[in-house]
Amino acid sequence: MRFATSCCRRVVAVALISILLPVHHLPRAWADASATAVDPSAPPTLKAHFVYLGKKYPEPVPLSLLDKVLTDEGVQGTRVAIKENNMTGRLIGHQHDISEVVLEADADVVAKARELFKNNEKLIIADLEHEDLLAVSDLPEAKDAIILNIRDSDDDLRQEQCRQNVFHLPPSWAMRADALAQYMTWKKWRRWLLVSGQGKKDLQYAAAVRRAAAKFGNKIVDEKTYKFDAGSRRTDSGHQQIQTQMPLLTQTSSEYDVLFVTDAEEAFGDYLLFRTFDPKPVIGTHGLVAVGWHRSFEQYAGTQMQNRFERQAKRAMTERDYYAWLAVRIFGEAVLRTNSADVATLKAFMLSKDFGVAGFKGVGLTFRTWDQQLRQPILLSGPRALVSISPQDGFLHQHNQTDTMGFDKSESKCRLSS
Amino acid sequence: MHENLTVVGSLLIAGALSLTPASAGTLFISNEKDNTVTVIDSETLKVVKTIPTGLRPRGMVLTPDFKELIVCAGDDNRIDIIDTEKLEVVRSLESGPDPELVDIDPAGDRIYVANEDDGMVTVLQRGDGKILAEIPVGVEPEGMAVSADNTITVATSEQTSMAHIIDNATLKVVANILVDVRPRVARFTRDDKHVWVTAEIGGTVAVIDKATRKVIKKFGFEIPGIRPELIQPMGVQFSKDGKLAFVALSTANRIAVVDTATYEVKNYILVGQRPWHLAIDEAGEKIYTVNGLTNDMTVIDVATQKPEKSITVGRLPWGVVMKP
Repeated sequence: MRFATSCCRRVVAVALISILLPVHHLPRAWADASATAVDPSAPPTLKAHFVYLGKKYPEPVPLSLLDKVLTDEGVQGTRVAIKENNMTGRLIGHQHDISEVVLEADADVVAKARELFKNNEKLIIADLEHEDLLAVSDLPEAKDAIILNIRDSDDDLRQEQCRQNVFHLPPSWAMRADALAQYMTWKKWRRWLLVSGQGKKDLQYAAAVRRAAAKFGNKIVDEKTYKFDAGSRRTDSGHQQIQTQMPLLTQTSSEYDVLFVTDAEEAFGDYLLFRTFDPKPVIGTHGLVAVGWHRSFEQYAGTQMQNRFERQAKRAMTERDYYAWLAVRIFGEAVLRTNSADVATLKAFMLSKDFGVAGFKGVGLTFRTWDQQLRQPILLSGPRALVSISPQDGFLHQHNQTDTMGFDKSESKCRLSS
Repeated sequence: MHENLTVVGSLLIAGALSLTPASAGTLFISNEKDNTVTVIDSETLKVVKTIPTGLRPRGMVLTPDFKELIVCAGDDNRIDIIDTEKLEVVRSLESGPDPELVDIDPAGDRIYVANEDDGMVTVLQRGDGKILAEIPVGVEPEGMAVSADNTITVATSEQTSMAHIIDNATLKVVANILVDVRPRVARFTRDDKHVWVTAEIGGTVAVIDKATRKVIKKFGFEIPGIRPELIQPMGVQFSKDGKLAFVALSTANRIAVVDTATYEVKNYILVGQRPWHLAIDEAGEKIYTVNGLTNDMTVIDVATQKPEKSITVGRLPWGVVMKP
């Protein structure tokens, strides 16, 4: 057993260059960011500026009273991350700043974005819904920007509607459905009853579930649609009606193993647990969920992240908070490693083999070059504890096992134009 | 004469077990999930005792006089001190929040603690637990290593991806060295000239020259049939002659054997699942690794580079140290 290491997968060249260059000749890519300690009181040699761009969209109210109604989702993640970037930055003369631009629900986000781009703000963390995200990224002024989508899971944004200036951090619906499908395959719970809401996101996720069933050889034995509006989550005597409504919704003559619910808009998903006609587990948007972050997660120093966030925000970190945090860390990592705030340099680095950001998932997180979707392990969590992490063992891929989830290169309908 | 017979006898028994005898000593294994430290006799490879500790015990170091074992109890925000004769926790020290790894100076006076949750290194007086300094470093400090000549201490911070050099006289950071993503362990070479820093997610080892404070070499690992992202360097130990390094590769379930002169990987030794930290006996004959996901410890013979035996320990074993 002798294996020579002719090469390593991280940057040997960087190490060599960094030995040669003294620290004060800074603005070159790959210059040495190390050497002696920088006096933290000295003016920074490199400044990087990011913008968090969001809107106060009407959000679906969580059905469970245990979930707080939040008004600061996402932005709290960036606040924690910018501190971390600067804890690192102060040691090497970098200073990172972020502007929080959160517009009213009826405000013109395109006009605001145009103004930002004109002021040369090109590093954007977008907490925007589908249409707004595309409108902003299609501005001529946005052509040379980097827009990190931290909000939308819609598959078409990774497929026909992909954009060369948009990078996607949350898993697509297809990745989430595949993450659950792999675990169901491993469990041999292969017959599914699909119950979906009528919202746009519900239908997108349902389509991804059908795709995942076919992809991994599982079967959707029947489909049901929940046709009522969500309504108020608080009622004085609400449980009786739900108790009779849910068995009616889930009654089927087909034998199934699990109920796969797609209710991204929070109309009924939580009501299914313990109320199905047959005694079956619930997975999807409720029950066992496929997510990028969950309060039940602690591995790979996840505990430290949960603690840091809760100290700052006085509440638990949500998935959107996590992706907002990660967006700032991605920009931070790119600035740190390239020693540059130049947008083209950062973009080239983010898509290079040398890029990898740590996000508490046990592996470096990288971008798929064909659709600029972040590769990542996906957490499978029950309401109160982590159940598993996908990809599951045994699902093989010739290049990267996480590419067994979502749209692989050969299936991609994304054509990125520069 | 009688003594010689005993030696021959034990050699025969060892031969029958196809094991070469290890030098006598005691192994201590921290079990992150069990809140215990397992004590194993290195000759019999039997569990002698399981010592209850504070919550989430991880990093450990022996005092230079071998009388005390210092254990980080992260979720109790304290350090437990185990008397290595009595085999029980005899006192605890306030360590600052979430201690993860520790080291101690060669005189055995000062304890250096990485506070993972707080971006600090805390320096404590061993005798009375007095906090001498709280030194700000990067995000999520972990690796800690005091140089043999006691001039510097190296701390690594996982989210910042740096090795921080602390001057032990002034207790100030004097250099910050960028390495690959998520540096977790720092260890000085036997000659005290270099410090090796492992980057878990970067998949590499950076060798930093102590005098110039520069990375003089960075290398990675390639194992046929193992996906690159599973190769996650973690713990490091050097052979007694300093010529070989043993690097635990975590989710690759192997220990890499590296030539310290050429940085060439000579061998990969298959062990249990997710080996993190390593210990070596004083004679330099055996390497011990604890495997987090299989709850066991693997004994590796240094001469043959073969795994010889595995012993069940507690749940999620994290660190291992050996007392001669």
